[in-house]
Amino acid sequence: MPFIPHTEADVREMLATIGAKSIEELFDEIPQNLRAQGLAGIPEGLSEMEVGRLMSERARQDGRPLSFLGAGAYEHHIPSAVWTITTRGEYYSTYTPYQAEASQGTLQLIHEYQTMISSLTGMEVSNASLYDGGSAVAEAALMAARAHRKSKSPRVLVPSTVNPNYRRVAISTTGNQGLRFETVPYQRETGCIDFAALASFAGQDIAAMVIQQPNFFGQLEDVDALTDWAHEQGMLVIAAVNPTSLALLKPPGEWGIKGADICVGEGQPLGVPLSSGGPYFGFMTTRMDYLRSMPGRIVGRTVDLEGRHGYTLTLQAREQHIRRGKATSNICTNQGLLMTAATIYMSLIGPAGLAQVAETSMARTHQLVTALGRQRGVRQAFAGPRFHECVLLLDRPAAAVLRELESQGILGGVDLSGDYPELGSAILVCATETKTDGDVERYANALGSALQAVRAA
Amino acid sequence: MNQMLEKSIFEYSRDGRGAEAQHPPALRGAVASAAKEALGAVPAALCRKSKPMLPEASELDVVRHFTRLSQLNFSIDTNFYPLGSCTMKYNPKACNQYAMLPEFLSRHPLAPDSQGQGFLSCMFELQEMLKKVTGMKAVSLNPMAGAHGEFAGVAMIRAYHRARGDLVRNEIIVPEAAHGTNPATATMCGCIVREIPVDAEGDVDIEALKKAVGPNTAGIMLTNPSTLGVFERKIEEVARIVHGDGGLLYYDGANLNAILGKVRPGDMGFDVIHMNLHKTFSTPHGGGGPGAGAVGVSTRLEPFLPVPVVGREGEGYCWLAETDRPQSIGRLSAFMGNTGVLLRAYIYMRMLGREGMSRVGEFATLNANYVMARLSSAGFDLAYPNRRASHEFIITMKRQAKELNVTAMDIAKRLLDYGFHAPTTYFPLLVPECLLIEPAETESRETLDGFIDAMVAILGEASSDATKLKGAPYTMPVRRLDDVRAAKQLELTWKPVDSAA
Repeated sequence: MPFIPHTEADVREMLATIGAKSIEELFDEIPQNLRAQGLAGIPEGLSEMEVGRLMSERARQDGRPLSFLGAGAYEHHIPSAVWTITTRGEYYSTYTPYQAEASQGTLQLIHEYQTMISSLTGMEVSNASLYDGGSAVAEAALMAARAHRKSKSPRVLVPSTVNPNYRRVAISTTGNQGLRFETVPYQRETGCIDFAALASFAGQDIAAMVIQQPNFFGQLEDVDALTDWAHEQGMLVIAAVNPTSLALLKPPGEWGIKGADICVGEGQPLGVPLSSGGPYFGFMTTRMDYLRSMPGRIVGRTVDLEGRHGYTLTLQAREQHIRRGKATSNICTNQGLLMTAATIYMSLIGPAGLAQVAETSMARTHQLVTALGRQRGVRQAFAGPRFHECVLLLDRPAAAVLRELESQGILGGVDLSGDYPELGSAILVCATETKTDGDVERYANALGSALQAVRAA
Repeated sequence: MNQMLEKSIFEYSRDGRGAEAQHPPALRGAVASAAKEALGAVPAALCRKSKPMLPEASELDVVRHFTRLSQLNFSIDTNFYPLGSCTMKYNPKACNQYAMLPEFLSRHPLAPDSQGQGFLSCMFELQEMLKKVTGMKAVSLNPMAGAHGEFAGVAMIRAYHRARGDLVRNEIIVPEAAHGTNPATATMCGCIVREIPVDAEGDVDIEALKKAVGPNTAGIMLTNPSTLGVFERKIEEVARIVHGDGGLLYYDGANLNAILGKVRPGDMGFDVIHMNLHKTFSTPHGGGGPGAGAVGVSTRLEPFLPVPVVGREGEGYCWLAETDRPQSIGRLSAFMGNTGVLLRAYIYMRMLGREGMSRVGEFATLNANYVMARLSSAGFDLAYPNRRASHEFIITMKRQAKELNVTAMDIAKRLLDYGFHAPTTYFPLLVPECLLIEPAETESRETLDGFIDAMVAILGEASSDATKLKGAPYTMPVRRLDDVRAAKQLELTWKPVDSAA
């Protein structure tokens, strides 16, 4: 019996202790007509050897194409130590640290994570993480509406330069509580929030505005001016940021005169593998003023009976297991293992390493965009500074070109025609520090021939 | 003697030190000039002025620090964890190893379906297996935790009523023993929570239910077996009453492990369920996540499932998203939920197979009833002495609290000294001084006996030396912590001056 250690003698003696004749008898409170008649349709069990072979075959089917995809999930080098340590049983198979004395390792690690992510984002406090970047934006919108001291407005401005999937998650998560998201268009030349369009919202009662930096297109927004404008209008500012970029870019805590109020983002770039979309983790930091409106677990340092320092979950009165229907969120997990991996990643890569990762990614993207731009029928959609992604316009349908590239073992970018039809044939490309001169050259050549093939077809 | 504490990672930090093997190589040639151009294009006002406080430490120091920290934890791999309602069963190593094959890890979430047929076939088969073990008609793997699954479930109930043009149904009925996530979820879905009591034997109070149900009832959320560790015997009557008045039944799968292979929620009349894959299907708890809270639905709720779901077209598999499923409650994660966790659940289910899965509920129940019988005869008071245990049961220390001034908390903390993780304490809230004990099916009889011996010894200490229990634990890295101070004198980040303290 896989993973069940009982011998026949064990079963016999245990039943005797219970005073039951059979295991079956232990289910005698369940109405007979409800009892399942076996589990038809479930396959026979496999040994570890067999399952290993099956999974290796499945993995092989997927291959490892050369990828220039980004759009919210980024391929970065992950130091071997990160997952070697994260998958130690003491992290992997431990529970939520409710029994603080038996969980000091996890608790101290979360406290160190809170310190690092607060500093990286330039904010005062952090929680122990949320599900992912998209759900973190949704939770931030709810938190802003709750925390706003003057406005009871359910309206939140979400520019179209915010990742479309984040916007979708925010709508599905908050719609039942009546939050309303209103879109702000982007400026066609720069791919950044259109200041002129913002003017139409001036003077209105709106709870918050989301600003993504770098934005979904990879372009850099004028965060100082946007933050100051939103604050002048009485809105809270929710920053959605890429953590790698913060090694180089101004942290949200320093945006404008007062800084952003809540900062969230996708933590995946910090040592978490792409893994088809998850598990990742969302981070959330804020100012001290809004601490008690923040969802999720928080670890604090305190002392024990003998006066020595130790760590414990704190401010639990915000959470569902205490407050039930009045909690700040129904969330009761954090993405513990991913946050563990990110903490080890940040410790290994350090401030200098993270800056190099960011710089190299910017450089590789710049190199890629320059090389691709030399091909006939390819041009950049937007002018202005960017981080490590770029929108390219093609003179042939994006889907067909990407399919051609795929046949050459290259994932060339994300087709934007669904979410941004006004751009025409547009793809979002990304290159990180993992790409080489050879990779860039290979893509450039392949794009030339792919465009030619589509033209000829 | 206490174990050594581990200093902060920031205390290893020295200006200019680093794990340089991990840094990207220096830029040369064309890419170096690209770097200059790209960085030069960024206005100074957008740039960071001071470096973030990340550790500057050697690789060895980092490895040692986080390895040492890990050693301060209890875990399933090191300790027995009879934590009620949490199903702390063995997490097979194979599930981790084969979910972490390089092709799975490196696959980008937006890679085309054609570049993920191996992965997608696992996801499709997982959906199918979950349908079969629960008796539901369709499954979405999206939600990233149990509470997230609850959210999806209640959102679907609301969407269903709305689609019928019934806009007044906004009340969710929740038994008072429910997990806190149930009422919190109802609130997140914009619903009003109506709590109803349970009777003396732990079943739902039918009269109270009848009073609570009405034209505003969106649905009821039930955990079965309940958090009281007993099977809800009147489940069919509950279903009749709620359905009769137009409400739907939500099954909280927190305790699905107890009945895996024995009863299927679909057969009990539930319309929507969530499954905690990190409990029943043995994916790791990871110190508080990632979980996975797949949802299953009856036919009438299928159109509302969160996207994406995995579909089959001919011989191939594909993600079905918003455009394919226009009535969906939408997207709950930026991509596809906790896919790596789902792979682990898939591997676990394939290893167990039909036979292995039907034994899960049986042996979890055997272990629970065995520990319950022995603790009861050793003098512990059962909260529901007339009932069978499901895969968990409750003892109450109410008598000892009164007579000996020894609380459930004291027992819990003292157990740590004996090398056992504490059971769930003070939950469910309606049983005073309670310990909710769940020994999962993967524990051997010897381990259970060791735990029982420890409980008996502690009960002895309670009579002979109650003050000793009050001071427990003694052998952990720290003694009991000052939670009040933690909340009043907030220290939520490490500060350099602290190191002097």
